Amino acid sequence: MLFQKSLVSIEDVSTEDIEEILKISDSMVKLLEAHKNPHSMDSYVMATLFFEPSTRTRLSFESAMHRLGGSVLSVSDVSSSSVAKGETLADTIRMAEAYSDIIVIRHPLEGAARLATQFTAKPIINAGDGSGQHPTQTLLDLFTIWKEFHSLDGLNVSLVGDLKYGRTVHSLIMALSRYDVNINLVSPPSLRIPDHFLARIPKSKKVRITESLDDVIDSSDVLYVTRIQKERFADKNEYLGLIGSYSIDEVIAGKMKKSAIIMHPLPRVDEIKPEVDFTGNARYFRQASYGVPVRMALISLMMGVS
Amino acid sequence: MAERTLLVSKINNGTVIDHIPPGKSFKVLSILSIDSRISYTVTIAVHVLSKKGGYKDIIKIEDRFLQRDELDRISMVAPGATISIIKDYEIVEKFTVKIPDEIVGIVNCPNQNCISNSREPIKSRFVVKSQKPILIQCFYCQRPLTDLEIITNI
Ligand SMILES: Nc1ncnc2c1ncn2[C@@H]1O[C@H](COP(=O)(O)OP(=O)(O)OP(=O)(O)O)[C@@H](O)[C@H]1O
Ligand SMILES: [Mg+2]
Ligand SMILES: [Zn+2]
Repeated sequence: MLFQKSLVSIEDVSTEDIEEILKISDSMVKLLEAHKNPHSMDSYVMATLFFEPSTRTRLSFESAMHRLGGSVLSVSDVSSSSVAKGETLADTIRMAEAYSDIIVIRHPLEGAARLATQFTAKPIINAGDGSGQHPTQTLLDLFTIWKEFHSLDGLNVSLVGDLKYGRTVHSLIMALSRYDVNINLVSPPSLRIPDHFLARIPKSKKVRITESLDDVIDSSDVLYVTRIQKERFADKNEYLGLIGSYSIDEVIAGKMKKSAIIMHPLPRVDEIKPEVDFTGNARYFRQASYGVPVRMALISLMMGVS
Repeated sequence: MAERTLLVSKINNGTVIDHIPPGKSFKVLSILSIDSRISYTVTIAVHVLSKKGGYKDIIKIEDRFLQRDELDRISMVAPGATISIIKDYEIVEKFTVKIPDEIVGIVNCPNQNCISNSREPIKSRFVVKSQKPILIQCFYCQRPLTDLEIITNI
C-alpha cells in the first residue's frame, strides 16, 4: 500500500506495489492516448522543491499532476531563495507541508529526501538526491521493460557504461534483482560496479561482469546504456578511448535480437549514435515519454485517489 | 584459579573494561575523554596476555560509572569488551558491551555529500547491518561503513 507513504528509495516499495504501479501506469498511458485527462486530483496540491536544476524530471512531475487535474506549487530555484537566507531543509519542508498535499524534492545532497520525511507527515517523493536514489526513474525504467515484454521475468538485461557512479543503474539493479532476470554488467574496469553495492544483490541472482559489449550483445533482451561522464576522467584521451568501445552504433545495434530494446535515462551524449534512433531497437524516447503516466500512477496511489 | 598477581591493586569503586582488542584502549580512552584533566585514577594495561588466548588491553577507572551512550560508543571500537562494575572491591555487575541496533549521534558519516553533515536539526544515524564483522549503513545516504571507517569517524 502506497497510500500516504513516501517514496525515497526503490527499496521502500514492495513488489506488489510495483505491480500495481505498472498496471495503473498502463491505464494512464491509455487515458493520455485518448486525450482523456482524469480530474481525480482536483482538490490536491503538489509542491515541487528543486534545489538543483532538472528540467526533465520537474516538467514530467508537473505535467503528471496537471493531467490529473491537480495544481502545482513550484519554487523554480529554491537554492536562491530559502537556502540563501540560511533556512534549513527541515524548515523549508515544514513550510511546504502547510501549503500542499504531496511534496516532490530534488536536492544535491544524498539523504535529503529521507530527512524530509522526518519533518512532515505528508508524502515525499524523492526526485533525485545527489548521487543517491532516483526511484521514479527506476519505476519508469521497469514500466518500459514491462510494457515491451509484458513481464519482468525471464529476461536478459545488460547494463552498460558507468556502473560506478550512475545512480539510475544502482536502483535499477536492486529492483531487477527481485525478478527472474539475468543481469549483465558491462563497463570499463575503472567504472566497474562498487563491491559494496555488489554485496547487496541477492546471492541467488545470476550476475555476469564483463568489459566487453560483444559478450552480451546478441543475447540481451534489454540493453540499458548509461552516460559515461567526461568529468570522471582526468585524462581526456582515456575518455575518448573508452567511449569508442562502449558507444552504440548501427553496426552494434544490428547484432541485437530483433525483439531486443535499447534504453537510456537521457540525456545521452556520445553513448548512442543518432543513427540508432531509427532502428527498431531504440526505445529511449518512448521510455522518456513514460515519465508522465508512471508519475501519474504513483501520485494517484500515494494520494489514494483512483 | 586465582590470578597470581594483579597488575595493580584492587579498586574500591569504579569500572573495569576488560578484553579490549589489543591497541584499542587508546580509542576507548578518547571516547571517555580521559586525559590529563581527570580527577580520578585510571590504570591502563596495554597488550597483556589474555587467559582466553591472544592479547588484550584493560582499563580500570576509579569512581566512574559509564553512561549508556558511552557503552554504545565502546561497543563499536572494542566489540567483545567486558564491563565489570566494582563496588566495595567486589564485582556487582558484569556484562559484555552490545552493539545497538541503531547508532544515533555517535558516528559521523564520511560521505561529505551526505545531508547528515549539513546544518540540519538532526543527529547522524546508522542502521547496524551486521554485528560480526561490524557493518553499519547511514540511514540518510545509505553509505556502508566497516570497522576501520567506524573508528576513524567516531
Ligand atoms: N576490585 C577490583 N579491582 C580492580 N579490578 C578488578 C576488581 N575485581 C575484578 N577486577 C578485574 O575485572 C575483570 C573481571 O574480573 P573477573 O574476576 O570476572 O575476571 P575473570 O575471571 O578473568 O573473567 P573473564 O572471563 O572476564 O576474563 C578482570 O580484569 C579483573 O582483573
Ligand atoms: Mg580474565
Ligand atoms: Zn550518510
